[in-house]
Amino acid sequence: MEKSEILKTVNDIFIDVLDNEDIHLTYETTANDVEDWDSLNHIQLVVAIEKQFKVRFTAQEIQSWSNVGQMLDCIISKGV
Amino acid sequence: MTTFSLLKKNLKKDFSLLKPIKIALLGDTATQFLQQALRGTGYNVDYNLQIWEADFNQIERQIFDPTSELYEFNPELVIIFESTHKLLSKYNKSKTENYSNLADNQLKHINDLCVGISARLQTKIIYYNYPEIDDSVFGNYANKIEQSFLFQLRKVNYELMIYAMKNPNFYLCDLSSIQNQIGKSGLFQSSVYINTEMVLSIDSLPLVAAKTVDIISSINGKFKKCLIIDLDNTMWGGIIGDDGLENIQLGALGIGKAFTEFQYWVKKLKNRGIIIAICSKNTEAIAKEPFEKHPDMVLHLDDIAVFMANWDNKADNIRQIQSILNVGFDSMVFLDDNPFERNIVKENIPDITVPELPVDPSEYLEYLYTLNLFETVSFSNEDITRTKQYQIEAQRAVLQTSYTNEDDFLKGLNMTSQVNPFNKFNTPRVAQLSQRSNQFNLRTVRYTEKDIEGLREQQDVFTLAFTLEDQFGDNGLISIIIQKKETRNILFIDTWLMSCRVLKRGIENFILNTMVALAKQNGFTYLKGEYLPTQKNAMVEDHYLNLGFEKEGNYWLLLLADYEHKTCYITKK
Repeated sequence: MEKSEILKTVNDIFIDVLDNEDIHLTYETTANDVEDWDSLNHIQLVVAIEKQFKVRFTAQEIQSWSNVGQMLDCIISKGV
Repeated sequence: MTTFSLLKKNLKKDFSLLKPIKIALLGDTATQFLQQALRGTGYNVDYNLQIWEADFNQIERQIFDPTSELYEFNPELVIIFESTHKLLSKYNKSKTENYSNLADNQLKHINDLCVGISARLQTKIIYYNYPEIDDSVFGNYANKIEQSFLFQLRKVNYELMIYAMKNPNFYLCDLSSIQNQIGKSGLFQSSVYINTEMVLSIDSLPLVAAKTVDIISSINGKFKKCLIIDLDNTMWGGIIGDDGLENIQLGALGIGKAFTEFQYWVKKLKNRGIIIAICSKNTEAIAKEPFEKHPDMVLHLDDIAVFMANWDNKADNIRQIQSILNVGFDSMVFLDDNPFERNIVKENIPDITVPELPVDPSEYLEYLYTLNLFETVSFSNEDITRTKQYQIEAQRAVLQTSYTNEDDFLKGLNMTSQVNPFNKFNTPRVAQLSQRSNQFNLRTVRYTEKDIEGLREQQDVFTLAFTLEDQFGDNGLISIIIQKKETRNILFIDTWLMSCRVLKRGIENFILNTMVALAKQNGFTYLKGEYLPTQKNAMVEDHYLNLGFEKEGNYWLLLLADYEHKTCYITKK
């Protein structure tokens, strides 16, 4: 899957989980840029992404990303 | 199937018209998601759960500090969630020689929490039992040695049930059974736990919340009372009208085992007080045949309160069942294998619960187990007798619909009554009726057992107690009369009261006939009655007028010489 395609899918997941139509993620987006993206919702997002792409993140990976791009790279590294 | 994400969306909806319930949630792990799931689930069943969540791991401080936010919040209900992970951590940190005391210590700790809460709050407590963690230190041998964690964990769960049995305000929410249902990997996700201190997976939250809200609903009087079941391919395999008695699948025939086990489940529900009704498109006589004759039927006709087998629309039939049993649609469950019939019922009666039974009957039971349809917060012998009462009432109502006129119906009931003066056998019940009857009670004079004993000995007091039995059963003592000699000619009706269970049976006529005969026998000329209004007895305002008494100031008089024996269908026993 292309990284840009994954971004689109992840963007949809963010819109659904955070219930906010106005989210436009880029590779550089961080948690500070998105309303309601706190540590708790982060977990809900992660679990939704895991389900969508049928992957599992390690506990360490979940803590390691500093922006959306790194999260996408991690998804790609799992063979998506 | 709802998801956590959907429940969370509920949180933005309007809760203002829903019934508010104040709940405190105390946990030793992070409970924010559980709080959201509970509130979202509450919305779906019309509750505005106002949940105050204690800061993480503050259970003891909140409970033992009388000035804590918990007591300031003053909840109606306290939910305590202590996790297996924290229990395991207690075990891990304790000295080896104390391993075997873990369960006892935990029970003591839980008791301390409950006593602490009860000292300051009039509240019910919901406590989650413990899903299992097998630390695999002893392998299977853990079952054979008291000091293993698994041994102690299971002991806590067992002892909690004993504790709940003895403490009426303490309810267990069976988290362990959810783990049993969805598996350990479904209930728990390590990465979520490590990152957030939450021990419940996101996917399990709706189930845990539903199971919790089931208890809350039940505490608030919302629970199922009646199970309505279709026959062909629901109660047995095949179609009785086509296949015939020998060929329907039950017991060893075909997939009969699935239906037999289903029937055992229904029988257990019936035994615990759920009213069972049948709603089937069939000819009644044919539909009843298996209940009467098939050797592998577990259910028999006397297990069924209302039997509706005809060719009418099922929604109409269910409405009729409802009017007979007089329980709300929201307390009814309807089981039918046919999606078409299910839809008709759901569309016409939105409040009724209609499970989407699996296509394969062998899956019925496992599916029904997961729905937890019959939550309750009480069970007593009364539940069993109440079912019997409903059945009797239902039989009466069915009889009534089969008669076009009231007199024929009353005749068909074959009513008999025992008439006695007050005596030592009926005195307790006479006193109880005098204390409890509010509606059909002309003067609402209350008598204690001691008062009744006194009346029995008085010369100028004439007492009567009436029982009522009909072809469906015995209603026991249902009416009492106390008359006092006022003058040589006048007998005054001091008390006339009747149980409301037996209204509209013509009993008033029977009683008045008896009173008149008694008064004449003792040489009186008039009966004198009085109606003293209360907040609750308006139904008898015109009682004496209807019976032909003449108004005299505030009183009612009946001239015995003119009295014509009134028609009634009750025989004196």
